Amino acid sequence: MRVDVQGLTVRYGDVTAVDDMSFSLSGNKIYGLLGRNGSGKTSLMSALAGYRKPSGTVQLDGRPVFENAAAMRQVCLVRHTADAADKGDKVSHVLEYGAAWRDTWDNPYAQELVELFKIPLKSKVGELSLGQRSALGVVIGLASRSPLTMLDESHLGMDTPTRYAFYDALLTDFMAHPRTIIISTHLIEELASLLEEVVIIDGGRLVLQEEADVLRSRGTEVTGNSADVDEFTAGLTVLSSKSLGRSKSAMVYGGLDDGQLVRARQLGLELGPIALQDLFVHLTEPVGGKR
Amino acid sequence: MFDDRSPIYRQIADRIKADVLSGVLKADEQVMSTNQYAAYYRINPATAAKAFQQLVDERVLYKKRGIGMFVSTQARDMLRAQGRESFFGEVVDPMVAEARAIGIPLADVIRRIEQHQQGDM
Repeated sequence: MRVDVQGLTVRYGDVTAVDDMSFSLSGNKIYGLLGRNGSGKTSLMSALAGYRKPSGTVQLDGRPVFENAAAMRQVCLVRHTADAADKGDKVSHVLEYGAAWRDTWDNPYAQELVELFKIPLKSKVGELSLGQRSALGVVIGLASRSPLTMLDESHLGMDTPTRYAFYDALLTDFMAHPRTIIISTHLIEELASLLEEVVIIDGGRLVLQEEADVLRSRGTEVTGNSADVDEFTAGLTVLSSKSLGRSKSAMVYGGLDDGQLVRARQLGLELGPIALQDLFVHLTEPVGGKR
Repeated sequence: MFDDRSPIYRQIADRIKADVLSGVLKADEQVMSTNQYAAYYRINPATAAKAFQQLVDERVLYKKRGIGMFVSTQARDMLRAQGRESFFGEVVDPMVAEARAIGIPLADVIRRIEQHQQGDM
């Protein structure tokens, strides 16, 4: 499913959670929505799901999502706490409810996932551990097979083996049933290889949207003699730098051309790649200070 | 499995090339599908597809429509030739630089290589 966002603004009283955001997702890919706490991820996803009347436009396959019952049956937004479900509801009821609301729900697959994550069907949602509740959210998200599926921090409370089971299920089911999947997470390192495209937001604004592998190739860590590193990085976009004695290391954003590669070799500088997670950290406002 | 720092598709392509060079993958042998690769390495299938496309462009692999990807007949010879071209620049020169940096006379290095040649090692 294609997603088009144009001039989207979401306000809560005096707080602007999403600030005049515009972007398009061509669809049928796994997207990572990355942003720090309070960057507007959840507000953005709620608007994409048609939960709130947008200022600006949100269109799914060219049609506005808000107050569009047909479109909303094609969308599944799972929040980490499974907050749509009453805590007194049995797990089995939550699944029936999920099925009732989605055209594309696959019940046998839901049962398979419930077994995979060992979620007790007869328990009440309130009795589940945080990890089990998150897993229940993942079951709803995946079994819905919704053309637009959004998983907001769905890994919370899951232990590592469970998270990997989640990643495997996600990937396998996405390959069998390609659809638009948007995942927000703080565990970028773990999830990075599953993402085809990355959308980074900060302070309610779009920082960048890029193919994950292209983004990876954009960052370079330049290490060497301080003066040489300074000479080499003059005029380049330096995301951060640190010094140790006479040596210095700078994170540079943007591709390097052949001339620059030759110059780096002449100066005896070491060039290395940067992890997606580090790029993310430095592309968004750092903790306790300005960029 | 993959480091998250350089493009994953390039790492996969390099790994397949290494398998062709070492003979793990033989000429005209079918390679795993994009989805098998993606599931095995837990990576996005588009990333795996990109690696395969690069290898098709470089004529290491060829596509049989509806069947899959196969190792080109000339792939191994081609990769060996490419390896020979870059061998001195990428392997020998850095080794010489390292030997100099730690004070090993080049004569000692040469003697070692000669021992290899005589089959003593």
